[in-house]
Amino acid sequence: MHRFLELIEQLDSTTSTNEKVNFIAAYFKQASPADSAWVLFFLSGHRLKRFISSPKLWSWCMEETQLPGWLIEESYAHVGDSAELIALLIHEEKQTEEKRTLSEWMERFILPLKDKSEEEQRREITSMWKNQSRFERFLTNKILGGSFRLGVSSLLMVKGLSKAFDIPIATLNIKLAGEWKPTSEFFTHLISEAALPSNPLNPYPFFLAAHMEGDPQQLGDPADWMAEWKWDGIRAQIIQRSGGQAIWSRGNELITRSFPELLPDQKHTFVIDGEILAFKEEKPLPFTELQKRLGRKIVSKGVQEKYPVHFMIYDLLEWDGEDLRHLPYHMRRDLLTQYSAYFLTQPLYRIPPALEIPNWESARQWREEAFKAGTEGLIFKKKDSSYGAGRKRGFWWKYKVESMTIDAVLIYAQPGSGYRSGLYTDYTFGVWEKGELVPIAKAYSGLTQAEIRDVDKWIRRETLEKFGPVRRVKPELVFELAFENIQESKRHKAGLAVRFPRIKRRRLDKTAETANTLDDLRQLLQERNSHGK
Amino acid sequence: MRKPILKMTKAGLYCPAGDFCIDPWHGVPEAVITHGHGDHARWGSGKYVCQEDSVPILQYRLGEGIAVEGIPYRSPFKKGSAWVSFHPAGHILGSAQVRIEVDGQVAVVSGDYKLSPDSSCPPFEAVECDLFVTESTFGLPIYKWEKGATTFEKIVHWWEQNRQNHHPSLLFCYSLGKAQRILASLPRWTDQKIYIHGSIAPINRCYEERGVLLAPTEVVTQADPKHNYSQDLILAPTSAFRSGWMRRFKNLKTAFASGWMSIRGNKRRQGFDKGFILSDHADWEELLLAIHATGAKEVWVTHGQTEPLSRYLREVFKIDASPLKGFVQEDED
Repeated sequence: MHRFLELIEQLDSTTSTNEKVNFIAAYFKQASPADSAWVLFFLSGHRLKRFISSPKLWSWCMEETQLPGWLIEESYAHVGDSAELIALLIHEEKQTEEKRTLSEWMERFILPLKDKSEEEQRREITSMWKNQSRFERFLTNKILGGSFRLGVSSLLMVKGLSKAFDIPIATLNIKLAGEWKPTSEFFTHLISEAALPSNPLNPYPFFLAAHMEGDPQQLGDPADWMAEWKWDGIRAQIIQRSGGQAIWSRGNELITRSFPELLPDQKHTFVIDGEILAFKEEKPLPFTELQKRLGRKIVSKGVQEKYPVHFMIYDLLEWDGEDLRHLPYHMRRDLLTQYSAYFLTQPLYRIPPALEIPNWESARQWREEAFKAGTEGLIFKKKDSSYGAGRKRGFWWKYKVESMTIDAVLIYAQPGSGYRSGLYTDYTFGVWEKGELVPIAKAYSGLTQAEIRDVDKWIRRETLEKFGPVRRVKPELVFELAFENIQESKRHKAGLAVRFPRIKRRRLDKTAETANTLDDLRQLLQERNSHGK
Repeated sequence: MRKPILKMTKAGLYCPAGDFCIDPWHGVPEAVITHGHGDHARWGSGKYVCQEDSVPILQYRLGEGIAVEGIPYRSPFKKGSAWVSFHPAGHILGSAQVRIEVDGQVAVVSGDYKLSPDSSCPPFEAVECDLFVTESTFGLPIYKWEKGATTFEKIVHWWEQNRQNHHPSLLFCYSLGKAQRILASLPRWTDQKIYIHGSIAPINRCYEERGVLLAPTEVVTQADPKHNYSQDLILAPTSAFRSGWMRRFKNLKTAFASGWMSIRGNKRRQGFDKGFILSDHADWEELLLAIHATGAKEVWVTHGQTEPLSRYLREVFKIDASPLKGFVQEDED
């Protein structure tokens, strides 16, 4: 346990990626496979699912501290993280060093908690809290609450592992894709010579496109590139191997059960990469329609008909047991065309075009047409690029439609969480409708640190009303908001919802009266809809 | 009805019986000052009265030419019909609570204070009163300081690790108060020379003039330009973070010593490698302890978490507590 705490503290006390990788490598070199498996599990963003709910921890903390609920709420607004809040509010009575190793502690103490009565859970957890240091308490709560994110990306983890055992990153990525359990056996297998994924239905690590700023001219000769539409759905791999069938999302979630109709017949074995889209009458539907398919245990025929989906195939990664990822993109694409006769016998599969680019001017024009095609823009893929892992820059680029912008007025503010805690950084914006400001978007990013401080001070000064951590402020500050799309919505007071809103800049030159109106937004919505048809 | 001892004016807290302001926000004819920090001792008043150890600090910060009178702790003096005296607040050198007695009624204005031990200034003393005006910078139960010695051990350990890896250790802290508290504590662990930013040196002289013992120091800009700092601890104010001055240290590690470092988000947002929880202010329990010790029936809460602390005092301890209105907060510690 001690070494685990030390590692987290080390990772916490540097902002240098290199040093973090070194700390991780040093840990793995001397830790047991059982402990290493748990460290890998937590630091690569896995969590104990549905373990001890945060409200339970919260209420035990309230009983222990005897503090009024409103004061705990107020404190939360300053901390922005309930694991940390509890760690700060509970004080150790005596600190006894945890002698067990991380894996012993996890397997003999933490995991068995799940099957205990609520009263037993409360007793064991609260007495543990009082024997821990503040930092230990914080990490324990993170583990119990299932939200272990501490500024270490899984890429860093893999780099550390690679460095410790001198195993190529690509090999580790393959072995770590899909689902795995943090056991000593798994870790031993991971760092052993055995090459194949432990689970025959695991996906390949996804290759991701980077966002392109500016003009495609910068990519050089258009003849080196091809263009595909950028669809707005769920990126996924469909796997058909002798061992069975699976659908994996880009977030490494197994989503087979959410989309049973996308499973192919079993004439061939392959892995395809593509996008699941809500799709009706040859038109993609908004992403919100697709969300209705997620998180269901059973997807009935009725649901399948109400929210129909298609799969847009982008890439062929494996055919007849052969890994094709090392081939250049244009060859993989040729193979896909070659086997298209088979794929297109699957009623819900489509192979959208990959276009040669005659010149960058055509690419610019295609992007203008993107909304008509029901897409978000284009993806440029380099013809000679193999299928890599992660967001490796230089090979695949997203070239998205320029976002829409409006000027809106700041009406509510709330303290941020994580690294924004303690400052008012989560804003709600409104536009005018019959002399009133109707909320239309919540946004927080896009301001500089200095602007955030400035606006924070203004908010504290110009608060009209407080509801818990939320402050209603004088309608005075105008911000330019950018968003990707606009859709009708019955759930929102405004009757419409904007997608991915973000702050583009503060409009010091504008007064609240000159901000946009709800009618302006309705107009945008109408334009968007008429393009889509 | 009896006239109140204190009231709020545009310049801040005012005592009508003695015709003076306490820590006024702009120039007034006569200002009584709790301590030398910039948000308490402001420029432009006709005359300043403060605890005697604060005099050199005020002269350094507001100019040699100011009219300033220094009074020892616990020595009452008369202003109009009010008796005024200073009592240790334990915040920084010369920091004082102001006790004002008018017609048998007593009000105490705390200024900033802490109860944790500090070898660079005398400890806080509770003063019985009817009205207590308290600060509340860290007035939430999430703020709980560890023992000062533990924090210093952590600082020394961090420095030691950096030395082994040849990283200069640049510790940020406020130039007035925090820096001297650190310098007064370090001799327990080391007799090595500590390097300091130029803005800390004159304040050190104010402290040394009043007999506070500090670790040996050298100003960075006066040191040998070829000196490599890989074995050294350097103290600097946060204004030097990411400045040109900082560029001379290669391969360095940074840390910030402040009560705000209790919260992870603050450290991460500000971009320091490490945070040490070291505050010149009272934590939640110290605030409650100090307020109780005064026996005050009425409490005015200012500087910080005014709403939650007042509400807690009202609801849980049935004390007539309310936030002091009209003060615009700026972060400090």
